Amino acid sequence: MMTPETEDALAQLIKEADGPLRIVGGGTRPIGRSTGAVLRTTGLSGITLYEPGALTIVAQAGTPLAEIETALAAENQRLAFEPMDHRALLGTQGVPTIGGVVAANVSGPRRISVGAARDFMLGVRFVDGAGHIVKNGGRVMKNVTGYDLVRLMTGAYGTLGVLTEVALKVLPDVAAQMTLTLDGLDDATAIAAMSAALSSPYEVTGVAHDPATGKTRFRLEGFESSVTYRAEALGRVLARFGTAAEVDTDWATIRDVTAFADKPGEVWRISVKPSDAAALVAKMDARAVQYDWGGGLIWALSDGGDLRARLGEFNGHATLIRGDVDAPTFQPQAAPLAAISAGLRAKFDPRGILNPGMMT
Amino acid sequence: MEMPAPSTAVISRKDQVVAELQRVLRPDAVISDVAETKAYECDGLTAYRCPPMCAVLPSNTQDVAAVLRICHDMGVPVVPRGSGTSLAGGALPTADCVILGVARMNGVIETNYDDRYIRVQTGRTNLSVTGAVEQDGFFYAPDPSSQLACAIAGNIAMNSGGAHCLKYGVTTNNLLGVTMVLMDGTVVEIGGAHLDAGGLDLLGVICGSEGQLGVVTEATLRILPKPEGARPVLMGYDSSEVAGQVVTDIIKAGVLPVAIEFMDRPCIEATEAFAHAGYPMCEALLIVEVEGSDAEIDHQLALIMDIARKHNPVELREAKDADEAGRIWLGRKSAFGAMGQINDYMCLDGTIPVSSLPFVLKRIGEMSKEFGLDVGNVFHAGDGNMHPLILFDANKPGDLELCEEFGAEILKLCVEVGGCLTGEHGVGIEKRDLMTVQFAPADLEAQMAVKDVFDPRWLLNPAKVFPLASSQTRRAA
Repeated sequence: MMTPETEDALAQLIKEADGPLRIVGGGTRPIGRSTGAVLRTTGLSGITLYEPGALTIVAQAGTPLAEIETALAAENQRLAFEPMDHRALLGTQGVPTIGGVVAANVSGPRRISVGAARDFMLGVRFVDGAGHIVKNGGRVMKNVTGYDLVRLMTGAYGTLGVLTEVALKVLPDVAAQMTLTLDGLDDATAIAAMSAALSSPYEVTGVAHDPATGKTRFRLEGFESSVTYRAEALGRVLARFGTAAEVDTDWATIRDVTAFADKPGEVWRISVKPSDAAALVAKMDARAVQYDWGGGLIWALSDGGDLRARLGEFNGHATLIRGDVDAPTFQPQAAPLAAISAGLRAKFDPRGILNPGMMT
Repeated sequence: MEMPAPSTAVISRKDQVVAELQRVLRPDAVISDVAETKAYECDGLTAYRCPPMCAVLPSNTQDVAAVLRICHDMGVPVVPRGSGTSLAGGALPTADCVILGVARMNGVIETNYDDRYIRVQTGRTNLSVTGAVEQDGFFYAPDPSSQLACAIAGNIAMNSGGAHCLKYGVTTNNLLGVTMVLMDGTVVEIGGAHLDAGGLDLLGVICGSEGQLGVVTEATLRILPKPEGARPVLMGYDSSEVAGQVVTDIIKAGVLPVAIEFMDRPCIEATEAFAHAGYPMCEALLIVEVEGSDAEIDHQLALIMDIARKHNPVELREAKDADEAGRIWLGRKSAFGAMGQINDYMCLDGTIPVSSLPFVLKRIGEMSKEFGLDVGNVFHAGDGNMHPLILFDANKPGDLELCEEFGAEILKLCVEVGGCLTGEHGVGIEKRDLMTVQFAPADLEAQMAVKDVFDPRWLLNPAKVFPLASSQTRRAA
């Protein structure tokens, strides 16, 4: 196992590598298949710069996520995209790193209102497959100088380069939170209710439906008086679906899909447009599903077989998050896009040594 | 600004190229008459002009694919053009190119309120996207100043921002999918109405690629429910340091205004003479706008006014009604026009860390004296996106060059303090040769490698973004 402690050492190591490398941060999100000598980024650790007044944080890729969250909390700020913790769901241990969050474009329920990790990324430094150190973006909120490799690297699972430093936009934390709940809606009706909430001006920051409990949840955040006001207004919007009740909700369990954590079976993550979701779920033959993002994100627990194949042609993408199935981990792309992706990998990693086979 | 010498071999085949284009497009969609191509000789960066070899105005994706296939086969460079409002020369032609204008492709393809998106042809103007959904209570968030005229195609090419991106983000945060035609005529679908990419985030790298990777013909855009209301406050201070501190304090207090705009004294004076908005004469003026219901706005503004008062404002004015809100915004919205009344101007858009604001403003003031050219500053303070307007006289020999030199010094300063050359206008030709200030050779090489994949022959908008010396071997290949 290699754990370089400087960017230069990492670059040297990649230059000299004579075989495939498996890039690992905290090792808590083993999504996708990759083999090779383990290269850990945890030696590159620490917050480089934090300017609360500019809503900006810069950290080395191997910095524990918890260290960043603690620093932000001290200034009453947060990573607004609410990155999920995969440990319970995937049965892993270890310390999640910010680099891992970025490499896998991890987000949570708030993605529907504020965006994913990709939307908060301001800059990256990385080492490409030839050992070149490359920077892109920066640490300012508006930056269109040159091509946006920041977003290209976010969610690339280390296949285009090994992240060494990331810069992110942060947002103020909120004073108050409240969750309204509707009971007993079928999937299609629940999605209609969630769409109604998201189409209202009341800034819902989480909308999830659990068919197992029949609960549809709506989260409001902000200043206390504002949350109270919006809860009343949202209640009126939802009146045609039932009486929305205020119920204490731990959104971390929704974020982390803990309902599937101790259950056997594969876990799939499917992104679709919300109005397609219920019909697709009907085709899945899944043991259980959970809806997040107003229906736009489906978590499915499946008992074997290629769930993606059962969906047929659909608009969106399905990723195998847990389990072993004879199917690609990531959604296969149309031929011209697959050619572009392969072309980019060949440019950024000409020897094909960075997490080879990972995103197929 | 230097442009590569046009290919005489391409120009000598003009008749053939035009004949091929006429074969696949409607007769009125191919413009080759020398007098008529002049209409496309420049964009918003009017100091540089060059009529293209010809221009085409396709009606749909198939037309665009046919045009690109022909140009690809014949080795003709193509410069895509939205509405031609680029301030960076993004749509500046070369004498051997075909201008591909998307202006006729301006339809709405689909509106979906349940899933909150709209799909449009990319020649549609930014404001008319909101226009198509506002009767139903929705809007499209990115709002560049040119939104009345600028096209979505150009917004995607430049990853355009606007005054409200502190809260709503820029184009890349509001773009869900595209139909794009590659230089060889291949049509690709990327993304859609769903969120995030299933593989590499190709949409992310296409947005902001200045028309160099493909021609985006259709776009799926996220639409949002309109807030219940919005209200601005205006505050004036005796120093830009203090105003900068106010901005930082507001952000640190946990309030997230939708806009924080900043104007300095030269800009206030010009604006007052032009628009009579009743602004106080002071060193720094801030306009801060928040959204929500009346009660929510009251609450947020109370917090903001508290912070503002602590810093001894020379003026503090809260809009009581729509009329007063309009007057607060009037000066800001007419700032560029007001500066244009005084003289020709060059508008820069470097971004800096908000904490460097006072230092950078002070340095710009000093440089203004050194160069002997006046500067007004009006910009989005919440996100550090500066807009220094340098005044010059286009009729005075050497003044444009002096102004460009001054501008380059300001942009270098932005990079020095940890910022960047351009926050929302794009590189185009204007900042092309400054890219080496911000990027090392390996950084530029990685970006150019992306173009190699999408457009191996470097035929799409080839003379932009990268310093000519850096892209030389690729363009010549």
